[in-house]
Amino acid sequence: MVPPTAATAAPAQGSVRLASKAPTGPIENRWSQHKFDLKLVAPANRRRFEVLVVGTGLAGASAAATLAELGYTVKAMCIHGSPRRAHSIAAQGGINAAKNYQNDGDSVHRLFYDTVKGGDFRARESNVHRLAEISTAIIDQCVAQGVPFAREYGGTLANRSFGGAQVSRTFYARGQTGQQLLLGAYSAMMRQVGEGRLGLLPDREMVELVVIDGVARGVIARNLRTGVLERHVADAVLLCTGGYGNVFFLSTNAKNSNVTASWRAHKRGAFFANPCFTQIHPTCIPVSGHYQSKLTLMSESLRNDGRVWLPKSKGEKRRPDQIPDEDRDYYLERRYPSFGNLVPRDVASRAAKERCDAGFGVGDTGMSVYLDFRDAIRRDGEATIRGKYGNLFQMYERITGEDPYKVPMRMYPAVHYTMGGLWVDYNLESTIPGLFVLGEANFSDHGANRLGASALMQGLADGYFVVPATIAAHLAGRVLPKVNSDHAAFAAAEADAANRTRTFLSLRGTRTVDSFHRELGLLMWDECGMARTGEGLGRARQRIRELRAAFWQDIRIPGDADNINQELEKAGRVADFLEFAELFAEDAHVREESCGGHFREEYQTPEGEALRDDVNFCHAAAWEHTGEGRPSTRHVEPLEFEYVKLTQRSYK
Amino acid sequence: MTSPAAGVSPTMAAGASATATTGHAPDKSGLRLTLKVWRQAARGALGRFETFEMPDVSPDMSFLEMLDVLNERLIKEGADAIAFDHDCREGICGSCGFMINGQAHGPERETTVCQLHMRSFRSGQTLVLEPWRATAFPILKDLFVDRSAFDRIIAAGGYVSINTGSAPEANATLVPKVAAERAFDAAACIACGACVAACPNGSAMLYVGAKVSHLGALPQGQAERDSRALSMVESMDAEGFGNCSNHYECVAACPKGITADNIAQLNRDFALATLRSGSKPTSTGGGAG
Repeated sequence: MVPPTAATAAPAQGSVRLASKAPTGPIENRWSQHKFDLKLVAPANRRRFEVLVVGTGLAGASAAATLAELGYTVKAMCIHGSPRRAHSIAAQGGINAAKNYQNDGDSVHRLFYDTVKGGDFRARESNVHRLAEISTAIIDQCVAQGVPFAREYGGTLANRSFGGAQVSRTFYARGQTGQQLLLGAYSAMMRQVGEGRLGLLPDREMVELVVIDGVARGVIARNLRTGVLERHVADAVLLCTGGYGNVFFLSTNAKNSNVTASWRAHKRGAFFANPCFTQIHPTCIPVSGHYQSKLTLMSESLRNDGRVWLPKSKGEKRRPDQIPDEDRDYYLERRYPSFGNLVPRDVASRAAKERCDAGFGVGDTGMSVYLDFRDAIRRDGEATIRGKYGNLFQMYERITGEDPYKVPMRMYPAVHYTMGGLWVDYNLESTIPGLFVLGEANFSDHGANRLGASALMQGLADGYFVVPATIAAHLAGRVLPKVNSDHAAFAAAEADAANRTRTFLSLRGTRTVDSFHRELGLLMWDECGMARTGEGLGRARQRIRELRAAFWQDIRIPGDADNINQELEKAGRVADFLEFAELFAEDAHVREESCGGHFREEYQTPEGEALRDDVNFCHAAAWEHTGEGRPSTRHVEPLEFEYVKLTQRSYK
Repeated sequence: MTSPAAGVSPTMAAGASATATTGHAPDKSGLRLTLKVWRQAARGALGRFETFEMPDVSPDMSFLEMLDVLNERLIKEGADAIAFDHDCREGICGSCGFMINGQAHGPERETTVCQLHMRSFRSGQTLVLEPWRATAFPILKDLFVDRSAFDRIIAAGGYVSINTGSAPEANATLVPKVAAERAFDAAACIACGACVAACPNGSAMLYVGAKVSHLGALPQGQAERDSRALSMVESMDAEGFGNCSNHYECVAACPKGITADNIAQLNRDFALATLRSGSKPTSTGGGAG
């Protein structure tokens, strides 16, 4: 139980409800030892187990394909008409792997080290090391599937650099790496569909998790085309449903990305960890008007060649190309000489906000910074730059009407990724037995800040390699009595979902769902965005409650429930965002330190960097839902750092 | 704070830009447009065009943002919102797409409707919006169509059969840079279906050709090259897509610049596979065209 001001976060006392099952012993042996210790399901027995995969992005598609290959009976559902349209498709920059093809000193240990440090020491060491170990096999798998990664003239794989690293370990397919990796996983999955081993359920939204005798045994899904509520029984449920960045309304997430599957599971008993850990990406195209429906990211890879700067004087009126070097402030290179433009995202975002708040920003609104390719074009020629970033430059020009080969891009930070998510143990199992959570939907690997090109790595690590091994601990280790869909728990969960739909349609208020969503987003950005204060977070919690009350009185949904009804779909998602937002603000309020993407203005170093409090907050906070309208309970999993020493992060 | 009501007026504050960075380009004047939109309540239902006046459209809006604004208005007026598929709004998920004045994805080359901005239009224009029209893409509602036939074609053979864990070391097979680039160019397809909608025959040859060319350009795709071409073409025909008769409307409509040589490649691969398989074409629809 946590009082609103919360100087109470229990320091070292771990919750008994949060057994991480992280192995001990030498870190480089933990995963192989753990795999050996896990139970196995014999090949002939696998088809008896039904696994339901929710979401078909990188994590879901790779898990569904691999589990079907292994012989399990698999069903995969997605809210899209085709599994290939999941939002992983939009990831641009690349995927990290510790191959050390560049001979520049990379290793599994260095990737592990960079990721723990980049996450500002709020991730579990065992998980991060496993991720780094698996990274190399992911590249092998994707290449074998026909993913057209960038190549050198000799035919070997090419690499580039990303933020927070001093080696080149990022594999890429132009600026469309997520698309190509997802198409690889999707093709693997469709092969299983074609061979009859995997049932595909497109146009389905999970609206309830069904828990029987404390174990996840299926979901209620709404068929988005017919409105029918369907009961899907399973022996294990995998949530691969992505992050909750759209709680801010404006984010780089796709319009349909949402927190509903995670939140519905949370309300049935899955703890939600570190919801306040949100990544604000430094280079996004600035907002242009009130009608703005989403924000567009420009890949971090651009910072390999683009230089970030602002004029040295406030109120500079000259066009950027007329401002000579001596009047430009390359503020990232000035402040962080060793990493320069490639500092991690949280650092780069805060620096942009600080400069703009101080009055140096450019553009009509003064809320943007230049990302300039002039020097790279002079050095390498326009053709080379076009070859590396052509599609990104084209996208920028289309949206802004400006040609970035001639004038610098204008950028401002935007919500991009969420490190928080459902709490999982080392097996990726949530606090509900039988419910596994993969990819961005879980909390485990990125701590308080994710490094660039690590999301794709984690999604595929979880789906191709982790869950296919760890799921056996559940399937072979527990007695799973046969249940069928007429069980009372299914009927009750379906009734809950049906009631919500009925209520939405009966309200007939005056406001659209989007208008509430925009209002929530603005409030979250103002009070829970790049800089947070105790006072602002307290205010936010109150205003979220008021907004939620208004929502449940005043929304208007046209149409009915038995056809495509996109407003009804949005209503369910925004209703969940309005509940989730309050937990987000509370988590940020209680965590009285700054770390990674969580920046509390009260806690900063003299240079304005995030100041952690390792005595009181070196832990993951996992929230338990205790009933409608009742305060959530905060549980703590202490984090121990045996291999990467706790230090103040420095990129200077 | 934002006004509780969000509508079409450009001064409306609904969500006045989270970044507190609104107020962009105050002197750009709005466009006056007339929209004629295909409305159809459900699959198989009778459809018709409805006309909407849009008095003040910001040139910086995307096309879908304009429809968002219109939908806000329709909901407030008690009408049903216009259904259209969309998601990433970055031109990569392939969800969006409809005809604007007879052109798939509208007038800009290599641009999906989500990336199409209103600065591409002139005040006073009338824009006719229709869903993709093709036998293999049934209309579900308004501008929303069913493209699941594309997934079934991939399930028939659009992959490399390699189980997780059995892959060799990635650099063990060298891939010439030109082959990787060619594979990428074909793999950039987003499966939006514009090629089918633009084709007078409702053919999916560009879509299928792109996948066959992508995997055929790489050493990893060789083992199944023949069977892939045969099964994907068979599936394509079974789904009710038409044949290619070299209009190349598909190439003009493709938002990702997929080129006609992918169709030629498909024809070659299909012909060779048919010869090598030593049997008659399995396809009943005239082969790969």
